[in-house]
Amino acid sequence: MDLPFGKFSAKTMDVISESLSGKRIAITGSTGFLGTALVERLMRCVPDCDLVLLVRPTRRNSAQRRVEREIFRNDAFDKLRSQWGEEFDRTCERRVSVVSGDVTNDGLGLNEQDRALFVSCDVVIHSAATVSFDSPLDSSIEINLLGPNRIIQLLSEANVTPHLVAVSTCYVAGNRRGAANEEFLAGTPFQVNVDWRAEVEAARRTRADLDARSRIPEQLEGFRKGAREELGAAGLPMLAAKTEQLREAWVDDQMVEAGRSRATSLGWPDVYTYSKALGETALIELHGDVPVSIVRPSIIESAWSEPSPGWIRGFRMAEPLIVSFAKGELDTFPGYPEGIIDVIPVDMVAAAIIAVAAKGPEPEPEVFQIASGSTNPLQFKKLLDTAMEWFREHPVYDANGHPTASTEWKYAGSSGLEEQLHRVVKAFDLAAKVINRLPIRGESSFTSKFAERRQNLDQLKGYIDIYGAYGKCEAIYGIQHTLSLWQSLSAEDQAQFGFDPSVIDWHHYITEVHLPTVVIQARVKTTPEKRSGPSRSERLRSAVLDTDRHFAAFDLENTLIASNVVESYAWLATRHLNPKQRLKFTLRTLTETPGLWRRDKRDRTDFLRYFYQRYKGAPLHQLEADAAEMLSDLILIKSFPAGLRRVRAHRAAGHQTVLITGALDIAVEPLRPLFDHIISARIDRKNGKLTGEMLDVPPTGEVRAQLMIDWAEDNGLDPAQGVAYADSASDLPMLEAVGYPVAVNPETRLVTIAEKRGWLTENWPKTAGAPKPLLPMGQRPKLLTNREGVR
Amino acid sequence: MSARQGLVLEVDRTTPPIVFHHGEGFRFERLPSGSRVVYPNEPIEPIEDVDSAIRHALDNPLGDSPPLAALLTKGMKLTIAFDDISLPLPQMQAPDIRGRIIEQILDTAASAGVDDVHLIAALALHRRMTEAELRHAVGDRVYDAFAPNGQLYNFDAEDPDALSHLGETDHGEEVVISKRAAESDLIIYVNINLVSMDGGHKSVATGLSGYTAIRHHHNVETMQRSKSFMDQENSELHTKNWRQGRLIRDAGVKIFQIETTLNNDTFPAPWDFLQKREWEMNAKERMLLLGTKKFLDKIPRKTARSIFQSIRAPYGLTSIQAGEVEEVHKVTTANVYRQHLVRVEGQTDILSMGLPYLGPYNVNSIMNPILVACLGLGYLFNMYKGKPLVREGGVVIMSHPTPWEFHPVHHPSYIDFFEEVLADTTDPKTIEHKYEKRYAEDEWYRHLYRTSYAYHGVHPFYMWYWCSHALQHVGQVIIVGGDQRATKRMGFRSASTMRDALEMATDVVGRDPTLTHIHNPPVLMADVV
Repeated sequence: MDLPFGKFSAKTMDVISESLSGKRIAITGSTGFLGTALVERLMRCVPDCDLVLLVRPTRRNSAQRRVEREIFRNDAFDKLRSQWGEEFDRTCERRVSVVSGDVTNDGLGLNEQDRALFVSCDVVIHSAATVSFDSPLDSSIEINLLGPNRIIQLLSEANVTPHLVAVSTCYVAGNRRGAANEEFLAGTPFQVNVDWRAEVEAARRTRADLDARSRIPEQLEGFRKGAREELGAAGLPMLAAKTEQLREAWVDDQMVEAGRSRATSLGWPDVYTYSKALGETALIELHGDVPVSIVRPSIIESAWSEPSPGWIRGFRMAEPLIVSFAKGELDTFPGYPEGIIDVIPVDMVAAAIIAVAAKGPEPEPEVFQIASGSTNPLQFKKLLDTAMEWFREHPVYDANGHPTASTEWKYAGSSGLEEQLHRVVKAFDLAAKVINRLPIRGESSFTSKFAERRQNLDQLKGYIDIYGAYGKCEAIYGIQHTLSLWQSLSAEDQAQFGFDPSVIDWHHYITEVHLPTVVIQARVKTTPEKRSGPSRSERLRSAVLDTDRHFAAFDLENTLIASNVVESYAWLATRHLNPKQRLKFTLRTLTETPGLWRRDKRDRTDFLRYFYQRYKGAPLHQLEADAAEMLSDLILIKSFPAGLRRVRAHRAAGHQTVLITGALDIAVEPLRPLFDHIISARIDRKNGKLTGEMLDVPPTGEVRAQLMIDWAEDNGLDPAQGVAYADSASDLPMLEAVGYPVAVNPETRLVTIAEKRGWLTENWPKTAGAPKPLLPMGQRPKLLTNREGVR
Repeated sequence: MSARQGLVLEVDRTTPPIVFHHGEGFRFERLPSGSRVVYPNEPIEPIEDVDSAIRHALDNPLGDSPPLAALLTKGMKLTIAFDDISLPLPQMQAPDIRGRIIEQILDTAASAGVDDVHLIAALALHRRMTEAELRHAVGDRVYDAFAPNGQLYNFDAEDPDALSHLGETDHGEEVVISKRAAESDLIIYVNINLVSMDGGHKSVATGLSGYTAIRHHHNVETMQRSKSFMDQENSELHTKNWRQGRLIRDAGVKIFQIETTLNNDTFPAPWDFLQKREWEMNAKERMLLLGTKKFLDKIPRKTARSIFQSIRAPYGLTSIQAGEVEEVHKVTTANVYRQHLVRVEGQTDILSMGLPYLGPYNVNSIMNPILVACLGLGYLFNMYKGKPLVREGGVVIMSHPTPWEFHPVHHPSYIDFFEEVLADTTDPKTIEHKYEKRYAEDEWYRHLYRTSYAYHGVHPFYMWYWCSHALQHVGQVIIVGGDQRATKRMGFRSASTMRDALEMATDVVGRDPTLTHIHNPPVLMADVV
């Protein structure tokens, strides 16, 4: 092979495992896709090196725990585990040290001891990055731009000079067409000359400005409105939390937008490549005595052969799109048929990085690109045709076990598709707004399907946004420098640390290596056989009915019956009216409805207080007798038999059952045999009549949750072992207070929430054939009015 | 003009299509040549002076019983029980015979100075009757006089304070009846004996009893050994009721039994064409039939249901007898048979029937799938004396839309039975063993039975047991026009047309089967020789 940049003559390098023998290697970003591959490869193929992993602790897990869970339990280590057997854990413990830190903090957030360990390393491989293309501007800057600087600073302060191998990306070359070689961009015509320090300052200022803007009254009002739209009347604490969440999300969204526009204005496709490119520039400027090598991979995809063919971590780039096409959800691909998709298997990237580390630094920083586009290009058309051919043989089966037909794929510049999708999403959002306002619920799985489809679209939109960037990039990345490194390896190393992309047989890679893992990762079915074992819903259902549960709490309206306090009031109030009075009542109620409805939307508690005043002066004795009749004439007719069955199933399983409702105690009294306890609204009584004043705060929103918990605790029941059934987002506090929430006939808002959180959702219909009275009016008993008929 | 006897028509090329009842509608079916259609007897002449007949019966009791007037004394405790909404079918045009009889009883009681009178609707495990239904049965005057003081009410078989345990029969069957009735000096039971199973000792032993006693005969074994339960001499159900009834008598409970029989004049104008034999219809009747069918096919089922449920039958009284239970019942049975029995020669491979909109348990309600099965395989299948109309291993083809619909107030335990029990198994024995007790003792069903208008929790089980003789006897059940899911749930097959059903039946009964269709209602009972 012609090696114009051939700096290393063949076989001049030591065997890799020997040159890294006894070395201590620090790695950042080890919980990522590439990082995990690096750790595994070093553990397996360089037996005498030690590793220091810098890992950011999360709210739930310490750095140590993350390493155990996210790295060593990954299937990348299956091979090593079986090879080493019982030695595995001991070897990991001996060779791997974990330091808790964060590249966004000065000094990497290391404590004294960890810092000493970190700076004692011979090699630092920096692969921590935010690879998301739509990160907020400042977080990309903090991680991708300043991350490498902070490492340099730490090392310089400690007066050490280990070899820093920084992982970047080929795409720092920006939106250019044609050859992009292994050279630094700063000072070339390909990069606008910007001061990275000014960029950092600006990013930080933008965050502060946006934060300030988010706090002006108009904005806050908007967030509050948004929270109410999303959650309904869920109670103040929850609405407040949501409002704040929306505010923060808005600032983040604006920061994402700021990042995107800043990047594109400077000629990079996105904030990721922009921050990476400036990061390189800053690194070159600041590295001082620390020797630096930069490795730039293209799109990292599933492994060619190591640790096992097809090994992948998480959902990568093109997969979601490919799967969407296979499912028949999309028929247009963002790209051009002859365009090149520069994919490089993760094991080749890891091998190249290790080889660079083993080779050792040069006095001046070096760049190694590892990509396939220049020596073994893969065209979109080839990728898609091969994939389609594969999916024809392995069709994706839908939930009903039917294969989905894959159609001919069309190509479009990504922007066209983006627009198309944008329009669809907009239409969906509009529809969602309308639906959220409609009192639709308890109606089949319509709302649930709607929410699901919306979520899919969101995801897809995200993927296309990301992918569009790659589709637009038509640069060809030269890898001559990397290839000469490859040439310099011993035959033994070449066998063990392969990173020559020209060996890739794309057809084999797509059909035998990549797609089989993609479909597993995407959890799509490519076999028609019937689902074995219980479905997710069935599993959740048996979990809620397990005898280990302690209690089941039920909301009433639209959870057990398709009725509400207004209807029961109307029924009770009209039972003894003559036809003329009924007509008057109906007209009055109809004119009041919009006002009542608005009041209810705004604040349920306020609504109930206001509404229950109507009971003022109602004779208790008669109400009780009428309520008994209302059970048959209104409540049962509108009941969900499956719901009533479920209440009894809980009792049969030995659980306590509790009804928690804003309905009036007298009205729900006939349901008492179903429940061990009823928490309902109560109106004060005087001289056998209701006063219209409520005795306590009606059980709605957060009050409802608190009453439930109080009751559970009074009875020695554990809310974590409780089940709660409710239909509306305003019941969220109650649903969130138990270990086993169930959304029943959920309104659209709750559908989305329930699905995101993996809650059981039940759709309980009314009985087919049940009478449907036009108006909820009490049957007038002849007996009480026709006394004159008595002989 | 005296009523014509029923007949068995042999279908030939000239036979017009046969009208099949089909829920709230009809089907016209052309049956294969050689098929037989069994037509009921025409309505027999009714008694003209009903009030005199009632008076005569009360004054001239049968068996070892003094006349009613002699049984009523001042200061006594009197309980009048009467049949509930399940009889007759459809409900009769006002005034209801029960009310006319009760008025005369009350007059007699008033003149004797009896003032401790309770009137009880003998529900057993049926749903409570509504105010309107009670008014229809006993008349407004009686209702307004007694209901407001709590002297007219529905029997409550789940009120622990309202039941008396009278002992056990020599076969170990518990005997439980209404405490008020048991403690009365006299029970007068007013029956409407629509079919031969009704009345006799069953009136009090079942009508005023509860689950613990009824379970001894409302079970799979009894039903499978009653061939049929409509034929007293071969009915285990009858035998067990009689044992319980005799224990009640021997315990000293005095019963004055009043039984009435009706003719089968079931359909008032404009529905009277349903009582016509097809080839005898005139042009006007044919047009009406055709128009009605078209109309019913078009309107929503709910509307059709309310139209049909408003039908009140112009029944005529054919006999009334009073006195000692067993003597009275002998005469009653003879009168029922006089109207119902139609002689049929030999069995058939396929028995077909058109199921109407109504059975005993969906008056003012919905005929749910379980009730469809019970009407066909429980009631119509058992309307035989001698041998079943269909041979062992034969096929029953029923016509009914069988929608997956339930009345949430009347049939709550049916909904759960259908969703839970039948989803698990359709075998009556397994169902009885595995589920009956739980449903029978369920608190919620008990609450609904007592305070709402629900059939008892165990009632759907009885409906299924009612079918168990037929299920054991026949090889296949096909429902023409039946909702596929609902039909399948019950272990039956659905066919969209009669032709398809006959084709499906050949798998079981061979290629050249015989077919007999019972043209019922109006009610008929096949005397199979």
